[in-house]
Amino acid sequence: MSTETTTHTEEHGMSNAGYVRIALILAAITALEVSTYYVDFGRLFMPALMIMMVVKFIMVVSYFMHLKFDNKLFSWIFYAGLILAIGVYCVALATFHFFS
Amino acid sequence: MAIIERPSVTTTPAVIAPATPSSSLGTLRRPVTTGGWKAWLFTVDHKKLGIMYMATALFFFIVGGLEAVLIRLQLAAPNGKVLNADLYNQMFTMHATTMVFLFVMPMAAGLANYFIPLQIGARDVAFPRINAFSFWALLFGGIFINLSWFLGGAADGGWFMYAPNSGPVFSPSHGIDFWALGLQITGISSLAGAVNLITTVLNMRAPGMKLMRMPVFTWLQLVVQFLLLFAVPVITVALFLLSFQRNFGATFFDVAAGADPLLWQHLFWIFGHPEVYILILPSFGIISEVLPVFARKPLFGYPFVVFSGAAIGFVGWGVWAHHMFASGLGPVSVAVFSIATMAIAVPTGVKIVNWTLTLWGGKLVYTAAMKFAIGLIVLFTIGGLSGVTHSVAPSDTQQTDTYYIVAHFHYVLFGGAIFGLFSGFYYWWPKVFGKLLNERLGSWNFWFMVIGMNMTFGPMHILGLQGQPRRMYQWTEARAGEGFFNLGFWNLIASIGSLVLTFGILLFLINVVITTRKGQVAPLDPWNARSLEWMTSNPPKEHNFDSIPTVHHLDEFFHRKYQEDANGVMQQVKTAEEVLKELEDNADAHIHMPSPSYWPIVLALGMPVLAFGVIYSIPVAIFGAVVILFGAYGWAIEPSTAPDDDIDPPTESGTSMGVAHVS
Amino acid sequence: MSADHAVASHDTHTTSTGLSNVKLGMWLFLGSECLLFGGLISTYMLYRGRVGTGPTPMQVFDIPFTSVSSFVLLMSSLTMVLGVSAAHKGDDRNTYLWVAVTALLGATFVGGQVYEFTAFYNEGMGFTTSLFTSSFYVLTGFHGVHVTVGIIMLMSTLGIMKRSKVPGSKSETIEMLGLYWHFVDIVWIIIFTLIYLIPV
Ligand SMILES: [Cu+2]
Repeated sequence: MSTETTTHTEEHGMSNAGYVRIALILAAITALEVSTYYVDFGRLFMPALMIMMVVKFIMVVSYFMHLKFDNKLFSWIFYAGLILAIGVYCVALATFHFFS
Repeated sequence: MAIIERPSVTTTPAVIAPATPSSSLGTLRRPVTTGGWKAWLFTVDHKKLGIMYMATALFFFIVGGLEAVLIRLQLAAPNGKVLNADLYNQMFTMHATTMVFLFVMPMAAGLANYFIPLQIGARDVAFPRINAFSFWALLFGGIFINLSWFLGGAADGGWFMYAPNSGPVFSPSHGIDFWALGLQITGISSLAGAVNLITTVLNMRAPGMKLMRMPVFTWLQLVVQFLLLFAVPVITVALFLLSFQRNFGATFFDVAAGADPLLWQHLFWIFGHPEVYILILPSFGIISEVLPVFARKPLFGYPFVVFSGAAIGFVGWGVWAHHMFASGLGPVSVAVFSIATMAIAVPTGVKIVNWTLTLWGGKLVYTAAMKFAIGLIVLFTIGGLSGVTHSVAPSDTQQTDTYYIVAHFHYVLFGGAIFGLFSGFYYWWPKVFGKLLNERLGSWNFWFMVIGMNMTFGPMHILGLQGQPRRMYQWTEARAGEGFFNLGFWNLIASIGSLVLTFGILLFLINVVITTRKGQVAPLDPWNARSLEWMTSNPPKEHNFDSIPTVHHLDEFFHRKYQEDANGVMQQVKTAEEVLKELEDNADAHIHMPSPSYWPIVLALGMPVLAFGVIYSIPVAIFGAVVILFGAYGWAIEPSTAPDDDIDPPTESGTSMGVAHVS
Repeated sequence: MSADHAVASHDTHTTSTGLSNVKLGMWLFLGSECLLFGGLISTYMLYRGRVGTGPTPMQVFDIPFTSVSSFVLLMSSLTMVLGVSAAHKGDDRNTYLWVAVTALLGATFVGGQVYEFTAFYNEGMGFTTSLFTSSFYVLTGFHGVHVTVGIIMLMSTLGIMKRSKVPGSKSETIEMLGLYWHFVDIVWIIIFTLIYLIPV
């Protein structure tokens, strides 16, 4: 809601065609993810999978959930919870030598 | 919610119309009673709910206190016979559970409920019905946990409920089932409360009430609610895993099945350490209000108090494993958590310095509230220092599971959290009930509590360093030691101390009864206070403020009463009565408060039924779920504020509801 | 503060931040949910290799099947956002349509999960078979319950809207349902990768 706009669609930053485009990208990434199950990515396997997961996650949050276009406070609250969760649980798993 | 000021043509305060049941809701008509017990049962008013929270908490304080007395009677002499081993285990488990989850947390929640809207110049919270739901969930959850006393025995694994003691092998009664599910219900209450109060603080402030103009109590409660928001789901996970283990045969914490019992410890303390701040920060907030008022000068370093509070809330997430130094975490983890724990002492120290400098050079008025506040500073500092000794891991491994730990956390929680709450009772009683608690009795109350508390918990340092373990239901003469360090002597002192402490608390209850019967009616501004909650009648009207004040200062109320003269000295320019008159003269013409509702209590009632069914019979659980669904539907189709055509025209004697918009 | 800064297109009262109470509350709730699912996912990650005498994840997982149901849930996010968009335009017809389609896709996903659980069970993977199976069922079961609650809320809102009884703003109600729905979807994005695609 940063700029003066006339239509609600623009107000939320996306047109329906835009949403469909995002969904197509998400579908393509998902196909790529599934392909890792059949094709050997070698050493790239884990990083590629992680990156694709994060990209999908952020795309849904930013576009479908409008966080990219909405007030920053919402982003702060949500990402605070997310980063806190990643932080404490990764440290806890690390004490179990999960990552080594 | 809209708080738009509007000059009114009339000079009478706003008259608010009672809601009538709407025909549009078919069979589900909203409650309209504004008097009697129904007015409490279906209320969504933050002040009524605040009082109900506090009354519930006070009740559980007495329950938890009696449990503590039984523990001390058992330990007063060698080979104690008051309780058997099994009952003793239940007693210390339920003492801690009750004090943490059913006394300090709801008491702080009650104060937050009552005072946050008043302190930020709002007429209610953001979600009044969710507020009512939070209260009922807390009450039903608390009752549910304690039902286990009558159904085969209460939980007996300690409030931290470590495996394997939490498993069905070591605790075959249903106590821990009730405990786990009951805490789940109170957790839902806390979570809903957190969402509600954070939204309230961020969104419902009066015009001009910038974040850095908010009273410190509101600020620290905001931090607390964020801690709850993120900590409660962690214990929720842990409790679910425990329930699945106990009720559905999973083996999440069963070493024999290959599980890692440390998983529970991590989940519990990721929640548990922030929980410590959830317990103490509200009291820090209270004394940050009380000290400036009775030192007759502003809080020293307001931004430092606020930011150090936020810093505690932040760093508090990175230290949980200091509760696990003795569990074999490995040297790297221990070192990291040890250093982080030392660091967290810094923001707490900042606060103590700020409070001390607030007192410095002030014209101190030693009311009961002030005495408790100063008591907190001293006692919490002692507890904080023994806490620093735990952050040193080698020292901690010596102290783990001894009475030294018990001494430490009672200094911070009794000397800290509870003294702060008592300070708040004396300070805010006239605001809530319109009468002043007796100061003389208050002074006795304070001194008996200080002496009792030091007699009870002081000797525990010695007992602990002598090696008396926690949670042992008996100690024997053979191990008692000699001379100054004789266990028998100090155990007896501690037990006598607990009776002194009990007497001190009894004086408070007597004070409450006497004040209610024939207490002195409080003047409008009994303490010459500084913040917005005092800029309204005692007790406040249902809509809190006749007109919503526009805020220009930190300590707005003080600045309306006092202004700097030519020499830079603060001079009184208006009395509290005159300030209030101004608000009345500009009363909003049409105040529309949220309407009472049946659904919060219906929804909350479904949860213990469901939990009961999980333990005993699945059909009952399904019935509980149906009640919840029914409540949710009723809730969803009922507008939170009765529509305008549902409101009777203003009447002469109208009392009722009304916030929100001025349309 | 800016008392005149109304939130455009939302039927909310003005607030200190200019943001809707409901939306702020919703985001707070979702932030909190991150720690709930984080805990369940971590439990699964810790225990996924502890299969005892039961089957291993790789023996039971049917990746093609789960890929399809994951795709269905992903696409339900698209239909949901189209429903929200229609609601903001006040286009009731398309709102009903897309919300109903979303609920249908969600139901397909849950149906797939029921089928999957049944198949697993028949392959000797009971709830108490091993730490892996318990933590798997608890995690995916919790997610499934979230989806089911979402479906119930979507369908109920449709029913209530038909009788035009949604209190407050219709488009905001749909928008909040959308936020919840997308959140459930992103949780599944993580579960699909971490639980299904990464071999133990
Ligand atoms: Cu701690």
